[in-house]
Amino acid sequence: MITIENFILITILSPLIVCVLTPFISKSTVLRDFLGPIGGVISSWGAFNIMSSALNNQNINLEIVKIAEGISIGFEITPLGAIFGLVASFLWIFAAIYSVGYMRGNKEKNQTRFYAFYAIAVHAALCIAYAGDLLTLFIFYEVLTFSTYPLVTHKQNEMAQKAGRLYMSILVGSSVILLLPAIIWVWVATGSLEMSHNGVLDGKIDVAYAPLLLAMFVFGIGKAALMPIHKWLPAAMVAPTPVSALLHAVAVVKAGVFTMLIVLTNVFGIDFLAKTGASEWLIWLASFTLLATSIIAIYKDDLKARLAYSTISQLSYISLGGALATSMATQGAALHIITHAAGKITLFFVAGALYVGAKITKISDLNGHGKSASLIFLAFFIGSLSIIGVPPMAGSWSKFFLMLGAADSGYEVVIGVFCISTILNAFYLMEIPARAFFFKKEREVSVKIPKLILIPTLITSFLTILLFFFIEPFQNLTSMMVGKI
Amino acid sequence: MIDILSKNLPILVVLCPLITSLFVVLIPNIFFSWILTTLSTFLTFLFSILLYQDIQIHSHISYALGKWMPPIGIEYIIDKVAIIPIIIISGISFIATIFAYKIMPEEIEKKSISKVYSLWLLAIAGLLGLVTTGDAFNLFVFLEISSLASVALVAMGAQKDKQALVAAYNYLIIGAVGATLYVIGVGLLYGITGTLNMEDLTNRISDLNNNKALIAGFGFMIIGIMVKAAVFPLHIWLPRAYAYAPSAVSVLLAATATKASLYILARILFSVFENSEKLINNTLLYVILPLSIIAMFAGTIMAIYEKDIKRLLAHSSVAQIGYITLAFAIGTKASIAAGFIHMFNHAIIKGGLFIAITSLGFFIQKRVTINNLSGLGRAMPITFFCFVLCSLSLAGLPLTAGFISKLYLIKATISSDAIWIAILILISSALSVVYLWKMIEVMWMREERKIVIKENPSIYISLIIITFFNVYFGLDASLIVNGSFEAAEKLIGDLK
Repeated sequence: MITIENFILITILSPLIVCVLTPFISKSTVLRDFLGPIGGVISSWGAFNIMSSALNNQNINLEIVKIAEGISIGFEITPLGAIFGLVASFLWIFAAIYSVGYMRGNKEKNQTRFYAFYAIAVHAALCIAYAGDLLTLFIFYEVLTFSTYPLVTHKQNEMAQKAGRLYMSILVGSSVILLLPAIIWVWVATGSLEMSHNGVLDGKIDVAYAPLLLAMFVFGIGKAALMPIHKWLPAAMVAPTPVSALLHAVAVVKAGVFTMLIVLTNVFGIDFLAKTGASEWLIWLASFTLLATSIIAIYKDDLKARLAYSTISQLSYISLGGALATSMATQGAALHIITHAAGKITLFFVAGALYVGAKITKISDLNGHGKSASLIFLAFFIGSLSIIGVPPMAGSWSKFFLMLGAADSGYEVVIGVFCISTILNAFYLMEIPARAFFFKKEREVSVKIPKLILIPTLITSFLTILLFFFIEPFQNLTSMMVGKI
Repeated sequence: MIDILSKNLPILVVLCPLITSLFVVLIPNIFFSWILTTLSTFLTFLFSILLYQDIQIHSHISYALGKWMPPIGIEYIIDKVAIIPIIIISGISFIATIFAYKIMPEEIEKKSISKVYSLWLLAIAGLLGLVTTGDAFNLFVFLEISSLASVALVAMGAQKDKQALVAAYNYLIIGAVGATLYVIGVGLLYGITGTLNMEDLTNRISDLNNNKALIAGFGFMIIGIMVKAAVFPLHIWLPRAYAYAPSAVSVLLAATATKASLYILARILFSVFENSEKLINNTLLYVILPLSIIAMFAGTIMAIYEKDIKRLLAHSSVAQIGYITLAFAIGTKASIAAGFIHMFNHAIIKGGLFIAITSLGFFIQKRVTINNLSGLGRAMPITFFCFVLCSLSLAGLPLTAGFISKLYLIKATISSDAIWIAILILISSALSVVYLWKMIEVMWMREERKIVIKENPSIYISLIIITFFNVYFGLDASLIVNGSFEAAEKLIGDLK
C-alpha cells in the first residue's frame, strides 16, 4: 500500500526523473521521445490517487527540505491543488505524445534539450500545485519561469531572443519586485508562511492596507496575465507549439491563476475579502482585461496570437471569479482551471498540427481546408464550443457557476460582462472552422497530419465532452475548497 | 602536541600563511611552490574549522600574544562574529589556490611565480590578521600588510596588460590614504583613552560622551575603513584593481578583501562604539544608509553599461557591498544578521563568477568582453552551467544561496517598517538580472564561430565546488543563518 506522501513524491518526481534521464538516453531517440508520455502516465496515476485522498478530506503535510528556522520546502494537499495537479500531469501525457509528433514532423534541432526542459517545467507546475506554504509556492513559481526560458527561445534566433527578453523581464521582474515582498509582508504580519483554507490575514493586517497588499499579489503574479502585465504571453508564442499548448495554455498560466486563487482564498480568505471589499478593484480590472483582450483577439490574423489573447481573456474569468469573493464564483473559477485547460490545449494542438501539416499560421489562409483535414477542424470546433460554454461541453459548467456567483455577489454588471464575452468568444473562435468548412479554397496545399499529432488532439477534444458528464468529483473538491463540506 | 595546537589556534590561523609565505619565495619550481601554497591554505582552512568548533563550545576565545596580558599586550579575539570572516577568507583562499594552478603560469612569467605565491599568502595572512586581532593598532599593521601585498599582486597583472600598473598605483594611493585616516583615528582615540585594546576602548569610551576628539577619531576610523571596504563613493580603486589583476588574484580579492573590512566596519560600529548610541545612530542613518542605497543603484547601473566582464563584476560587487552596509545601517538584530549572511553568500557567489569568467578568458586567450562571450555557452557547457547558477544566485533566485540573503534582508527591512527600502532593494536586484542576463544571453544565443574547447577538470573543479556551495546553502542555510544570528546577537546584544 502506497501512502499519500509517497504519491505526492511519485507525482512531482516523475517529471524530474524524466528530465534527468533524457540526456543520458538521447542516443536512442525512440526511448527518449517516449519517456515523456511514460512519465506522464506515472505522474497522473499519482495525481489521481492524491485527488481521491483529497476527496476523503485527508490532511497531508510533507516537509522535504528545511532551509532554516521557519523556512522549509514542503507540500500539502489542498482541493484546488489536487485539481491543478491532475490537470497538469494528465494533460502532460497527451502533450508529450504530441510533442514527439511535432518535433519529428518539424525536424526541430536540439530535441533532447527540449524534452528535458519540458519535463522540468511540468515538475515545477506540479510542485506549485502541491505547495505547502507561500515560500514553496514562490520558489517553484520562479523555477517554472526559468525552466521555460530555453523552451521559449528554442529557435535561438533574433525573434526568439527578443521574446525571451520580454518574457523574462515581465515574469521575473513582477515576481521579484512585487510578489516576493508581498509574501514577506504576509510572513511578517502573521509570523509564518503557512496558509489556511479560511485565509490567514483576518485581524493581522490593517484593513486599509489590504487592497495594497492584494495589488502587490495581483501584479506580482505575472503569470495570471492581467492587464497591463499580459504582454509576455503573446510574446511567448514564438515557442514551438507543444510549449504554447501545455505551458502557455495549461501549466504556466494556470500556475498563475492557481496562485491567484490560492492567495485570494487561502491567504486573504473569501470572507475577509467580502467583508472588506478589498478585491472590488480587481473585479473591474479583470472585467476590463476580459473584454479588451477578446476584442484584440478578433483582430489577430495569426492563429497562435489569437489563441494567446483568448487565453488571457479566459484567465481573467478565473481572476474575476476569485475577486467576486462568493463561494459560487470561486467554485466556478476553480472549475474553469480544468475546463479551459482541456479546451485550450486542443485549440493549440490544432494550431500546431496545421503548422506541421501545411505550414499554415494565418487564419486567412485556412479557407477551404476543412475537407482535407476534417478531423482536426472537428477537434477545433469541439474545443471552441467548450470555451464558448455550450453544453454538452465542459466549459459550460464553469461559466454557469461563474454567472451564479456574479448574481450572488451583487455585481450584476459582471453577468453582462460574461455574456458579451461569450458572444465575442463565439465570434473569434468560430471563424476558424467556418473558414475551413464553408469558404472556398484559394490555393492547393495538401494537409498531412502525422498520427502522433492527430490522436492526442482528438483525445483532448473528446475530454471536453467527457468532463461535462464527469464533473462531479471536481465539483465536490471545489465545494470543499470554499468550505461547504 | 594537540593541546599546544588547540591552545594556539587563534594565532596559528594567521601564522600559517605568514610563515609559509617566507618559504615559498625560496622555491623556484612552479609546481612545488604551488603545492606548498595549497598545503598552507589548506592547513589554515583546517585551523579555522577547528576554531569554529572551539567557538561552539567557548563562544569567546581571548588569546594574549606572547603571554603579555591585555590591555597592555596585543590580544587576539575570536568570537561568534569573527569566525564568519575567518571561515570565508580561509575557505575561499583555499579554493582560489586550487584554481590558480593552471591559470597562474598562463599570465605570469615562470621566474616570478613563487614570488606571486609568497605575496598571495602574505595577503591572506594580512586579511586573517585583520579579523582576528583585538587591538586597534595591530589592526592597522595587518591592514597595511594585506593592502601592500594585494597592490603588488595587482601590479603583477602588468605582465599581461600594462593597465595593471595604473590600477595598482590607484589602489596603493587610495589604500594608503584610507589606512592613514584610520591610523589618525586610532591616534586620537589613544590620546583620549590611553588604550589600543578594542574591548578596553569600548569600556573607556562610555565615560567620554560628546567628546569632540572622540567624534573626530570615530570619523577618521570609519572613513578609513570605508575606503578599504569599497563603500560607495570610496570604491573607485576597486573596479580597475579587480579588472587588471592576474585572474587568480581577482578571484581571491573579489571574494575576500572587502569582506574583512566590512567585518571591521561592523565591529567598530556595533562593538567598539556601542556606548555612543547617538553617534552611531546618526552615522547609520545619515551616512551609511544613503550611501548604501546609492551604491546599490550606481553599482548596478554601471554594471549594466559595462562591456568588460571583469569590470562588470567589480561594479556589481560595489552594489552588493551596498546591500551589506545597508543591512548594517538598519541596525536591528535581524538586519545585521542578514548583512553577515550576505557577506558569506556574496563571497561564494562572486568567487564563483570570477572563476567562471577567468576560465572563459583562459580558453579564448583574450580579455573577456561581452562580444567575446558569444557561443561560449555551447563550447564550454560545464563552465557555462556553473556560471548561470552563480548568476542566478547573485540575482537572488530561489534555491540558491543568494535567495536566502535577499529573503532575510527583505524580511529585516519589512519588520523594521521600512517597506520602501525593501522595494528599493528588490528593484536593484531585478536590475541586476539585466546585466547577468546580458551575459547569459550572449553565451546562449549567439553562435558566430565554431570554437572547439576542451574543458579542463583542473580548472573547473574549483568552479564546481564553489557552485555546489551556492546551491547547497540555498537548500540548507541553517548553518550560516544560525551563525549570523548568533553573531548579530553578540554584536548588538550587549547594546540593547
